[in-house]
Amino acid sequence: MTSPASTDSVPPQLSAGPRPAPGPAADEGLARRLRALACTAPLHDLDARKANLAGEYSVYGMAEVALAAIDLVTLNMDFDTGADHDQIVARLVPRVAAQAPARPAAEHERVARWVLENLINVGSVDRGFRAVYGTFGPDGTYVRRDYDFKLLEEVPGPGGTVYLRTTDEAVNVLVGALDTDVTSAQIAAEVKLEVLISRGRLADAQLAAEQARYRTVQYSETLRKALDATRRNVRAVDWLTAVPDMIAEALEHVADRYRHENAILTNIRKARDESEEPEHKRRAAELVDIVKDCIRRHTQLQSRLLEAGPLFRAEQDRQAFGTPLTTSGLDLYGHLVAPVLPLPLEQGLRVTDAFFARGTGLRTPVSVRVGDLVDILLTPPVEREHLGAEMPEPDLIATPDDSRFSEEQLAAAMELLDLPHDAPRRLSGLLADARAQDPDLPYLVALLAVHAASPPVGTAYRQGEPKLLFAVDDGTELDDPEFGGADLIVGTALLDAAGMAADRTEAA
Amino acid sequence: MTEHVDASEPEADATPATAAVTPADAADAARLVAFGLQPKLLPARDQEYADLLRRYREDPPFARLADAVAAGLGLVVLEVSPRAGMAVTAAEDSVFAVRMGGYARRAATDTGDRFLHGLAHLAVAAMAYPRPEDLADDGYIGRVTVNGVDAFVRQACRRLEERAEEQGENTDPATDAPGLEAAWRIWARRSSTGATKDARRLPGSTTGIVGKAAAFLTESGFLQRTGDDNGGTYRTTARYQLQVRDMAGSAAMAELLDLGIVPVTDGTATLLPADETDDLELVADAGLPFHGS
Repeated sequence: MTSPASTDSVPPQLSAGPRPAPGPAADEGLARRLRALACTAPLHDLDARKANLAGEYSVYGMAEVALAAIDLVTLNMDFDTGADHDQIVARLVPRVAAQAPARPAAEHERVARWVLENLINVGSVDRGFRAVYGTFGPDGTYVRRDYDFKLLEEVPGPGGTVYLRTTDEAVNVLVGALDTDVTSAQIAAEVKLEVLISRGRLADAQLAAEQARYRTVQYSETLRKALDATRRNVRAVDWLTAVPDMIAEALEHVADRYRHENAILTNIRKARDESEEPEHKRRAAELVDIVKDCIRRHTQLQSRLLEAGPLFRAEQDRQAFGTPLTTSGLDLYGHLVAPVLPLPLEQGLRVTDAFFARGTGLRTPVSVRVGDLVDILLTPPVEREHLGAEMPEPDLIATPDDSRFSEEQLAAAMELLDLPHDAPRRLSGLLADARAQDPDLPYLVALLAVHAASPPVGTAYRQGEPKLLFAVDDGTELDDPEFGGADLIVGTALLDAAGMAADRTEAA
Repeated sequence: MTEHVDASEPEADATPATAAVTPADAADAARLVAFGLQPKLLPARDQEYADLLRRYREDPPFARLADAVAAGLGLVVLEVSPRAGMAVTAAEDSVFAVRMGGYARRAATDTGDRFLHGLAHLAVAAMAYPRPEDLADDGYIGRVTVNGVDAFVRQACRRLEERAEEQGENTDPATDAPGLEAAWRIWARRSSTGATKDARRLPGSTTGIVGKAAAFLTESGFLQRTGDDNGGTYRTTARYQLQVRDMAGSAAMAELLDLGIVPVTDGTATLLPADETDDLELVADAGLPFHGS
């Protein structure tokens, strides 16, 4: 086929045939699609690799969990930081649990973490993904190229914490049409929302509200970066027109949105309170939360915008009104950083190596004498102080035991009240039994019974207790020489400890 | 000004003094150099150091002796002053020089990592002295934060990425020629941070790399840590300014010129927008409206 003889014989109009792509321009579209395709690969990969996990995990839809995770991170991305690791895992767990309700909660969490870690790609040093694809160069040569991308990236938050953000690639995988004008898209989404609410179609309204929030997040992100730019160098930014215009525009936007969203909030609250159907009520309540979150983001944005002016003036004072000096002529950014970044790695390396070699200062080399070495080797390792400084022995003063009832009395009362779950008793009978043991005991029994009338259900639920003492008033009057009131029915209720444990994990 | 006048006085009888360099003088000169080798030591905090510095400035034969001791040890004297102390730095191939292999293990084998560590140092300097005036002004104290440096480089990279996209370039490197990958992509590709099991900074992340650079420069007496915000905040010392201005900057510059790249500026800050129409149309992810090369 490719031998010179055969190509000579091919008619000229067919000679273009063997080349699959006519040139770089046509190839570019292909490359773009290949890259878009590559972004979905990690998600498919999750489902392909779940079989390798220790355990039977094929019931879980990993791609679904992954998309939900990307959704959650995008929704929780804050103005300053990003979404919290653990929070995302906690919110993913209910979905994972729904896929395999019979499995233990620990496994659900493990699956959620596994998906999240794989979206970050924790195992690689770049914490990203790489796909290889090929294109034809202008001269017709076939070149294989590496495409590096991330889906979730980790960003530093305040206090050294690490937060998650979705990358542009991930947002594009998630919502393809985000690449539109931020402002107008937001207005459109909100108009749609209002109409939907006024017509009572809350299911659609929630979708629209969530889309509006995606846009809000994106808008905040744009502004945050713009403000960062104004901080760096006063003269780097046009403070005469461009930035003030931008800030004015953004403030107007915030005011506008704030008004708008407050109106929506009032409407949904009304919808929430008036709606009869519980499903509608729930959806409206969720919407209230979403819109509240939007408003919170706008407020945050506004405070940032107000800070920009004073920041500019302070920087201006420092930078522009200082005494002019004869400069050394070396502009580190303009002369070094900016020219190095576009260079190929091989060349850039020479410059950074030179800077490193002369810019790091000196280190006094460590030289060890044999005598010292022996000492060092023979010194026992210093115990690491895990526990911090030793606590001083506290000076304890014995407090007099002023309890109304003794421990023995409590034990006796508890024994009395330890009723079988299918045989509740009247308080009067319990009191008579108690009186037979100890004249003081009825008081304690009565007290415990009265407490049991309002049993600590919440505590028992949280602590996963197997049973709970309760007391019910059925209207019978108590006939007792010492006590008055209702003759309560006292009994023990068995609690579904396993069910509660599962519930708790889900709620978390 | 007056010091020069003072200095000329002992100059007159300098010739007999040099002839009679005593072992005690040599010990003092070496002691001064030894002080210089402890870069975190401040002359204001140590009386003996301050005395020796004064002697260096007032007694030229002694100064020549100290310079000779330094040169013999493989050190370059940058400045001797009360503010910077005996500011010495390692000459090339000196035993005191810092080597990349000893600095970061991965950097010895991986060119990408080596570049990142070098660029981190360059970026810390560029952030510490954003304008040429700052580098020239002896009284200027720069402030840097670890996260700030990372964000600054990242945004510069983003600008290049956008420019490449505008021009329709395909910047994905050929698989068999990683050395031809554009330098900015190495930084952009590396994640900026990462969660670790023991809540420390992920050493391979860019904030980890910048953090290492800042910590190392602090050990060199070039930075002082002032707080923990934004991944660690630092301020510069007089020594760092000297080192960057007189040593590192010019060395890197020479290398760049050697590559045939001549950055042309008029001496004013280059972090300027190109013209009215350019970068201030703030689209999503616009980042810094830098105007580089």
